[in-house]
Amino acid sequence: MKSISRQFSNQQFFSFVRKEFYHVMRDRKTLLILFGMPVAQILIFGFALTNEVKNTRIVVSDYANDPASRRITERMAASNYFDIERRLVSHREIESAFKEGTIKLALIFPAQFNESLSHGNSAQIQLITDASDPNTANTLVNYASSIIRDYQAELNMLHSVPYSIIPEVRMLYNPQLKGAHSFVPGVMSLILMLVCVMMTAISIVKEKETGTMEILLVSPFKPMLVIVSKTIPYLILSLINVVSILLLSVFLLDVPVNGSILLLFAESTLYITACLSLGIFISIKTATQQAAMTISLMGMLLPTVMFSGFMFPIENMPVPLQVLSNIVPAKWYYIIVKSIMIKGTGLALLWKETLILMAMAIFLLTISLKSFKTRLE
Amino acid sequence: MKEKPDNNQQLTIQVEELSKHFSHFVAVDKITFDVQKGEIFGFLGANGAGKTTAIRMLCGLSAPTSGKARIAGFDVYRQAEQIKKNIGYMSQKFSLYEDLTVTENIHFFGGIYGLTDKQLKSKTRQLIGDLGLEREAKKLVSSLPLGWKQKLSFSVAILHDPQIVFLDEPTGGVDPVTRRQFWNLIYEAAERGITVFVTTHYMDEAEYCKRISIMVDGKIKALDTPSNLKQQFNVPDMDAVFYQIARGAQRGDKNPAA
Amino acid sequence: MRTLKFLLQKEFRQILRNKTIRMMIFFMPVAQLLIIPLAADYEIKNINLVVIDHDHSPYTQKLLEDITASGYFKLTGYCSSFREALEQVKKDEADVLLEIPEGFEKNLIRDNSNKLFIAVNAINGVKAGLGSAYISSIIRKFNEKILTELIQPDRFNREQVIEITASNWFNPEMSYHVFMVPGILAILVTMVGGFLSALNIVKEKEAGTMEQINVTPIKKHHFIIGKLIPFWVLGNLIFTIGLVIARLVYGIVPAGSLLVLFTCTSVYLLALLGFGLLISTFCETQQQAMLIMFFFMMIFILMGGLYTPIDSMPEWAKVISWLNPASYLIEVVRMVVLKGSDFRDVVPHLIKLSFFTIALNSWAILNYRKTN
Repeated sequence: MKSISRQFSNQQFFSFVRKEFYHVMRDRKTLLILFGMPVAQILIFGFALTNEVKNTRIVVSDYANDPASRRITERMAASNYFDIERRLVSHREIESAFKEGTIKLALIFPAQFNESLSHGNSAQIQLITDASDPNTANTLVNYASSIIRDYQAELNMLHSVPYSIIPEVRMLYNPQLKGAHSFVPGVMSLILMLVCVMMTAISIVKEKETGTMEILLVSPFKPMLVIVSKTIPYLILSLINVVSILLLSVFLLDVPVNGSILLLFAESTLYITACLSLGIFISIKTATQQAAMTISLMGMLLPTVMFSGFMFPIENMPVPLQVLSNIVPAKWYYIIVKSIMIKGTGLALLWKETLILMAMAIFLLTISLKSFKTRLE
Repeated sequence: MKEKPDNNQQLTIQVEELSKHFSHFVAVDKITFDVQKGEIFGFLGANGAGKTTAIRMLCGLSAPTSGKARIAGFDVYRQAEQIKKNIGYMSQKFSLYEDLTVTENIHFFGGIYGLTDKQLKSKTRQLIGDLGLEREAKKLVSSLPLGWKQKLSFSVAILHDPQIVFLDEPTGGVDPVTRRQFWNLIYEAAERGITVFVTTHYMDEAEYCKRISIMVDGKIKALDTPSNLKQQFNVPDMDAVFYQIARGAQRGDKNPAA
Repeated sequence: MRTLKFLLQKEFRQILRNKTIRMMIFFMPVAQLLIIPLAADYEIKNINLVVIDHDHSPYTQKLLEDITASGYFKLTGYCSSFREALEQVKKDEADVLLEIPEGFEKNLIRDNSNKLFIAVNAINGVKAGLGSAYISSIIRKFNEKILTELIQPDRFNREQVIEITASNWFNPEMSYHVFMVPGILAILVTMVGGFLSALNIVKEKEAGTMEQINVTPIKKHHFIIGKLIPFWVLGNLIFTIGLVIARLVYGIVPAGSLLVLFTCTSVYLLALLGFGLLISTFCETQQQAMLIMFFFMMIFILMGGLYTPIDSMPEWAKVISWLNPASYLIEVVRMVVLKGSDFRDVVPHLIKLSFFTIALNSWAILNYRKTN
């Protein structure tokens, strides 16, 4: 067996790889999605998903209707956070408006608002929020409060506050606080996981299902090479995806690549190796495409989304989950990409993460090779 | 605009100049033939000669590009659904549900052809008895050996007593003993008056047919009884006939009757 | 009708016999409902703070006490220089740096004013924004405390104060779980229904049984309906399991009527399954169907308002969410479960969902060809 396989030259290996490429390239629908997916994700994360509150419909129920209440209302209208409807409403009406989902916040000025403010030096404003979405509710209250406080500060016109501490805040790396800086690395780890694990696993299992795998395995070719040649198109597809994500983020989102591109690609190859090994491992352990898909989806994609740290903050998770997150390769890859791209960090500070990722890649590659061998015997 | 079935009871399949083009590729090129009621008609050809495309058109699975064809008296263009009620079909790919039991498959296919509960019950008992599958009746089809699957598949294809049954390489990968049993089933069906339209690669099977046609590059190159064909080409067996006709083929494997 | 009976019998048998599907029915609700809410805690806390204290005065001590007492910040260490602290940010060990200049206390009292330097790791914009807001407000309060200590109280009292009271309805504790769980219920139904239906017909195509079906006189709409009903039942079953988990684990009891909830889910499921079947009529392989479905799932989930409100999206994204049936279910489930909205409130959603149901299923039936 060995002597025969040695006769098969590199050229034949490449002709094998070429065959796999034809498979992948011929399936236009799949290809379209594979290249469209990163673009769509970048667009969605870059432009559509924001917690920013804009033009939220609120009701101002002004029982005072005096200069102070009107001025505050005007200021709120002038900010583009709120779309204001002035109308006197009862609590019951507020509740039904919340239930219909037409408004998110109600602001209530009590009668004689101005009077109690200027004579009694104190007045009240009531904010009622639909807290079924606590984040939005919180943000709305914060915005409204700060507008009211500004107004209050102007009223008091303090000449100059004595003993004042002035905090000077500097935002490092991302002065405009754009979301893109944290999700671009996340999208990369997600897409690579998808292409490498799921697509690889399914395409190999499919050959098992249709029986063509048997034919390939009895050919005078090292079985492992058969598998490897199946993964190469996906490896290249992944690298193309990395390039397109980087191009999009630099030219569309203004997210810089501050560190070494070479290092970024080296680390990506490491991560891709780990993912491909996982894909091979899954394909060896499963018999049907559906099973391979379920396992990749539940066992790989879900943990990647959850534990890579770009969608859900790891530090807020219960300790067992935090510990668990350490075995997810995507977490380390995410940290690495973030550091290289945005902080411009070099290998000197990333050697620990790199070693962990490398250990994972080696471990996964070894077990998938091992289980492949035992499978053959 | 339902047309009445043709009254010509003798001819169950009438094909005239039937063609199928895939963009620039002519898969089937103006084939013409008739098949009589109760006849076992062999449809031969090398791989890629266009047999499967032709059979798919006759079954209403694929719309012809041009030409005429009437199956069981119905027009393939306008009455595809009528045709489907009157034919059975078994493809080269095994196509019963692997994750249903033998009985469940029989019930399902019988049911969707509109058999009554009483018919289903008696037919199921009879079919399982004939095939000797009593012990396997409650097992999943995936657990049966291939030969049994094929026999079961054929029996299910003629469960609703169709006028014609189309068999696309029904005996691929089956051992000689099972093949013989399979052909016994085909003869029984033909005796009941079912027209059998069968494609095959085995030349011994070709000898079992009443008439055969041989397709090369989308065209029918020969059509006659096996003995007439042997006489015409002056050769001892069908293998030789096939080789003589198919060696000029431009497409598909150059190796006929694999 | 009789044909339908046989089709349904067959589909149910196949589904119940399928190990992967059986696992999905049990595992998906449990995994999604137990783990995601645990992970999806967006409250900003545990911000790592590193202090560069050049002053070492009682004031800085008090300020740091105030900061750690707030609960938002975790004081992870002291550094002697800004450069050293920056290294910690690079290693992701610090989120916020606070530099207190030398003579901070002395200068504050002498010059009436002084500066503090704060540097925030802003890669995560949301966290950075909130973190700096928190620390600024703590410093402001600290400042006010000093003021009251140092100057006569009466002058301070002449200020006009507007008191703001906020009451949070439907979720007074502002719990994130309460918000997420109903949304995840909707996603659960979407994922299970979407993937199973998309893969189903394609699987028959790959196995060759599709061709066998196509030579039978089965009517197209019978076939599609026969595929739809079993997954519809399955979807409702999973939704029920999800509701039970929400009740047992999170104590979330729907404030509105179950009838409204199930009506909306049922209509939605019909639309979603129609979509799945439509995709499977377009595809030849399971890999293809899965990937395409995955693509749409991603858009359905991300653009459905589960994580971020649709109201804050740009116009083009809002158009996509109008075309996204999942966004209506997410909203309806939240409305009914959390606010107790009734039939009248959800009528607009129901109308839109019905429209999707009709459109997608008709398309699927039209696109399913017995002859090609």
